[in-house]
This record gives sequence, C-alpha cells and structure tokens, in this order.
Amino acid sequence: MSPKTLYDKIWDAHVAHEAEDGTCLLYIDRHLVHEVTSPQAFEGLRMAGRKVHAPDKTIAVPDHNVPTTAGRDNPDQMPEDSRIQVAALDTNAREFGVHYYPVNDIRQGIVHIVGPEQGWTLPGMTVVCGDSHTATHGAFGALAHGIGTSEVEHVLATQTLIQKKSKNMKVEITGKLSPGVTAKDIVLTIIGETGTGGGTGYVIEYCGEAIRGLSMEGRMTICNMAIEGGARAGLIAPDETTYAYVKGRPHAPKGAQWEAAVNWWSTLYSDDDAHFDKVLTIRGEDIAPTVTWGTSPEDALPITANVPSPDDFSGGKVDAAKRALDYMGLTPGMKLTDIEIDTVFIGSCTNGRIEDLRAAAEVLKGKRVKDGMRAMVVPGSGLVRAQAEEEGLAEIFTEAGFEWRLAGCSMCLAMNPDQLSEGERCASTSNRNFEGRQGYKGRTHLVSPAMAAAAAVTGKLTDIRDFH
Amino acid sequence: MKKFETFTGIAAPMPLVNIDTDMIIPKQFLKTIKRSGLGVHAFDEMRYDRQGVENPDFVLNKPAYRDTSILVAGDNFGCGSSREHAPWALADFGIKVVVSTSFADIFFNNCFKNGMLPIVLPQEQVDLLMADSERGENARMTVDLEAQEITTSDGDVIKFDVDPFRKHCLLNGLDDIGLTLEKADAIQAFEAGAAQARPWV
Ligand code: SF4
Repeated sequence: MSPKTLYDKIWDAHVAHEAEDGTCLLYIDRHLVHEVTSPQAFEGLRMAGRKVHAPDKTIAVPDHNVPTTAGRDNPDQMPEDSRIQVAALDTNAREFGVHYYPVNDIRQGIVHIVGPEQGWTLPGMTVVCGDSHTATHGAFGALAHGIGTSEVEHVLATQTLIQKKSKNMKVEITGKLSPGVTAKDIVLTIIGETGTGGGTGYVIEYCGEAIRGLSMEGRMTICNMAIEGGARAGLIAPDETTYAYVKGRPHAPKGAQWEAAVNWWSTLYSDDDAHFDKVLTIRGEDIAPTVTWGTSPEDALPITANVPSPDDFSGGKVDAAKRALDYMGLTPGMKLTDIEIDTVFIGSCTNGRIEDLRAAAEVLKGKRVKDGMRAMVVPGSGLVRAQAEEEGLAEIFTEAGFEWRLAGCSMCLAMNPDQLSEGERCASTSNRNFEGRQGYKGRTHLVSPAMAAAAAVTGKLTDIRDFH
Repeated sequence: MKKFETFTGIAAPMPLVNIDTDMIIPKQFLKTIKRSGLGVHAFDEMRYDRQGVENPDFVLNKPAYRDTSILVAGDNFGCGSSREHAPWALADFGIKVVVSTSFADIFFNNCFKNGMLPIVLPQEQVDLLMADSERGENARMTVDLEAQEITTSDGDVIKFDVDPFRKHCLLNGLDDIGLTLEKADAIQAFEAGAAQARPWV
C-alpha cells in the first residue's frame, strides 16, 4: 500500500461516494451548530420539508451573541436582534431534536470548547461547524473545518459534504521551546512566515518535538488558527496526551469500545515516507513571544522587534501595511514594547481554556492592573469557569482588577455588548486583528494569555521574559 | 437557485490584498435570520461613516460604479470567517463575479452556493482587468461561463478555469442538497459500514 498522510487516512475512511471527476461526498461524524450561521439553514430545511438526517450527531450551543454578564438568561438583557437569533436556535434545536446546551446550562460555552470538553470531538472523526475556527478540533487528529450556511443545511439534510480533497502540507516545529514561549507564539510565528494565504488549498499537519510536547489545550490553540493561515484544516496526530484528555469525557467511548477506538486511533499518523506537497520547518528555539502590530494575523513579530515600515514590504502588501499602520495609529520604527494598551481581553476559542486561565493568573498573582485599564476574562465554557473558581483563579483575577465574566465569544468578535470603542487598543488572546473586529475602529494586538496579563499590569505590550 | 447566464456588466477595482469577511460584512449585520437584504451593508465600514453617510471616495459609491456586477480584487479575497453573509451581501448588492489571484477557501465555496462565480487568474491578467475596471462605466466586461471567457471592453478575451461540477451546477441552477439526496443509498451503505467499523462514533 502506498504511504499515506494522516489527512489521507481520515479522508479515505469517510468517503461515502466518489464521482468520476474526484468530487466526493464526505461523511460527517459531528456537526456543531451555533446561532449565527444556522437560522437560514434550518429555515431551508423547513421550507423543503426536510428533517435533520442525524440529530444524534448534531450539537447546538449559543455562543456568539450571548451576554457574558450576570442575569443573562433574562432575554431582556439582549438587544432585539441577538435575542431573535438565540431564540431561533432554541426553537430549531428542540424542534429538530439535536443535542443542545442552552444559555443557562453550565455546559454552555464557545462551541469549539464545548465539543472537546464533552467528548463529542474524537480522533479520526470528521467535524464541521458553520464557523471557520472549527479547525480547533484538528488538535485531536480529527478532520475539522468551517463551512458556510448552505453547507450547514447540506450537512443537516444529508450528513455529508460535497468536497474535493485538499493538498497535504507539513509544518514541523523541531526541538524545544524557550521559556515564556507558548502555543500561541508558535502559531503566530507560523502565520507570520506563511502569510494568511500560505495554507490556502492545504490541510496542514503540525508535527515535531515542540508540538508533541504541548498539552491538548496548546494543540487546540495551534489548530484553531490554522484557518488564519488559510488552510482548510489543521491536524495533529493523536497520542497518549490525546487519549488522556478524551478518556472519561461524557460522550467518549467506554469499556470495550474504548479499547477498540484506541486501537484504531493509534493507526492515525502520517506514514514515514508519505508525500507532502509543501513543508515548512521552524526551530522551536527560534520562536520568541510574539505579537501582532497590524490588521492581519500575518502581521506578527517577536515582541523584541520594532513596528515595520511599508517600505519593508512589496507588492499589494505595501498599501495594506500603510493602511494597517494608519488604522492602528502606529509609527514605523517604534518599539513594540512601547505600544500602550487600554484594554485586555482574555478568552475566545483560541485561549479560553483552563490552562490559558492558569497561565494568565500565574502572572497576575499579587499584582494589580494598571489604573484605568479595562480588563476582562471570559472563560470558554461554564465548566472552565467553574473549574477556575474551584482552583482559586477567579479570585486572583478579580483581586487584580479583572472582570470575571460568564462564558461566550464576547470581545473576540464583539457581537454582544463587549466591544472596543473607537481608538481603544486591546491586547487580546483571540485570533483575529481585522479592522473593526473587536469594535468599530478598535485596535487589536494578538498575544498569548500570559502576555495579555502582563500588558494589563504594565499598560504596554510586554515581553513576558522581562516581567517580574 | 437562479441559473448563471452570460452577462455584460461594470467591473469595479478593489486592489487591496487580504480583503476579509469582516470588511465585506461586519458582524453587526450577522444578526439577521434571513439571507436577503444585506446588500446595503456590503463593505459597510469602508462605504459609510459612523452616521451612515456615504464615503464619496469608496469605489462603489462613485457614480460610475453604482451598478457594479464584477469585482476585480487583490490577492486572498474573502479571508477570515465562514460567514455566508459575505457572498449574500455581495449578491444582494448585485455582484455576480469576483476576480482575484486567489480566494480564501470557505468564501470561494460559499460563492458557488449562491449563484456567484469566483474566478482565479494569474497576476498579469488580473492586472489587465484591474486597469480595464478603472475606466468605470466606460468599461463593460462580458462573462461567459459556458465558454469560460471574460471579454474586456477592448475586446480582449481572457480564458479562465472552473471546476466542471461547479460549472454544471451554476449553469443549471442546481441545488446541492437535491443532488446529494439522489445518492441516499450510498450514504446509507456508508453508515452501515461505519457503524460496524467505528461503533463508538
Ligand atoms: S471565540 Fe471568536 S473565533 Fe471563536 S467561535 Fe467565538 S467568535 Fe469565533
């Protein structure tokens, strides 16, 4: 048999039909649904008189619009249009009989945090969701990608997706990471190298010693941002770390099925001589704590660097850099560590898990945020929040002057009331620094949780290695 | 879905690279539960000021480009989120074709599901179309999907590639779900096999 990549293996195990031109029907094992990209899909089903094909493989949770302040299950807390969307999900989930975690359920949270937490996401699966950050689930060695609303409707109706196979790309991070360097810094560095279009047409497998050394939380951070590099999906081969995370979760296999599952999962890796169409290798030792300066995730630099000048670029990027500098209100040549911050956001499906909160709390222990700083922590799920309270992290955050919020997407995309105002500048653990992403004319610098916490204390972008 | 027919229309230049889905349709307009009516909000933050007054410098606000049906855009158009609101907004505005050197994957897929045609061309040809589109109303391009050709206002013909299956669906206005349900037997057979091989799923 010819050698296969991890992607090839999962793909081959899910082709339900292949047409002569190579167009496939890919069978979908898990379909995650949230309130923003699904109303039109359910409406389409209803209009065509169709049912959800596999309600048991479909999981719905509201996250993008929900307020993160107390008393939020009172619908009056939401603006009319948000309320209508959340209410539509509620009606659709119940009417079509899918698994559902409503706002007042402790298991509610960001869809990409809830899936793994509840054991819905397992190695070797195909997972889709009407959300580009579905790539997150690739951390388990699941083929996971975002789809549009028409495709959401297609999966609801048929449990398949019309797909053509992508190419294989390997990103290897060799060696060990230096102190202060996290999964977030790895992935920002990768996107800085490849650009936001570098992965277009590919499924990326992340491998190498530095990736193997990451926890599941860290691996999810990496795969989460595969889409920011343009890739259809990111993957990390499952191993003991994966099994340890999955075991015992509510929807994970048990008993004899667990044994059978692990048997199959342990065959899910790229064969030694498997072919990759593109390869990128980065030495773990060369990665520094990383921040973004501009309005694209590819605008990433080591925290020790200076703000670049448009002259440092070529082609269409020159104008994009000019526009970004203007939007961000930055002068070429200034030190990144001189950039003053007024808002800090810790949360999102990139960095809203327990390990992220631990890393931030560790930095904040016994410290206070700078005067005038608006700082908030939004745990990724109700269960993350509960665990953080149990571990005493919540107290550290509130004593440091952070707001301790309820779970949701919050200021990651600012569809709920958590937004930046014009000109405000935020150190954020989320994944997109696009213009207007966190609020009209708001300015976003993407950082790791520890760097976000340090920035809250100093009031500037801060090299975590110099922070005491 | 409506059939994609040969048409002649105005093309607008948008040379910026990495035009993302937040630019195409900002999140405050994602709160709709309908597909229609998003055209007035397309490119909202570039197109209007905070008070909703049009920015006269934005290309689609210029008199020559109000009836644009073709966008000629910089590299990596449509990057960012999976929101289908982006092609919905463009389609509702009247855009039928977007030309660029590359597109983000999900956006590219979403276009076809909404009767729109994204066309990938090499840099030189995009440059040529970009220059043509700068002539505004004076430049009218013709897009013929059947023949896979764009004809510029000067009569230059540019050939483009398109996936045969997607071409077939666009030309005939076919609904994906209907097509897939014709393969219900294959799906059932797959499910039976998978239930044996991976019962834990
Ligand atoms: S946290 Fe942000 S990136 Fe993640 S699903 Fe929510 S809005 Fe999308």
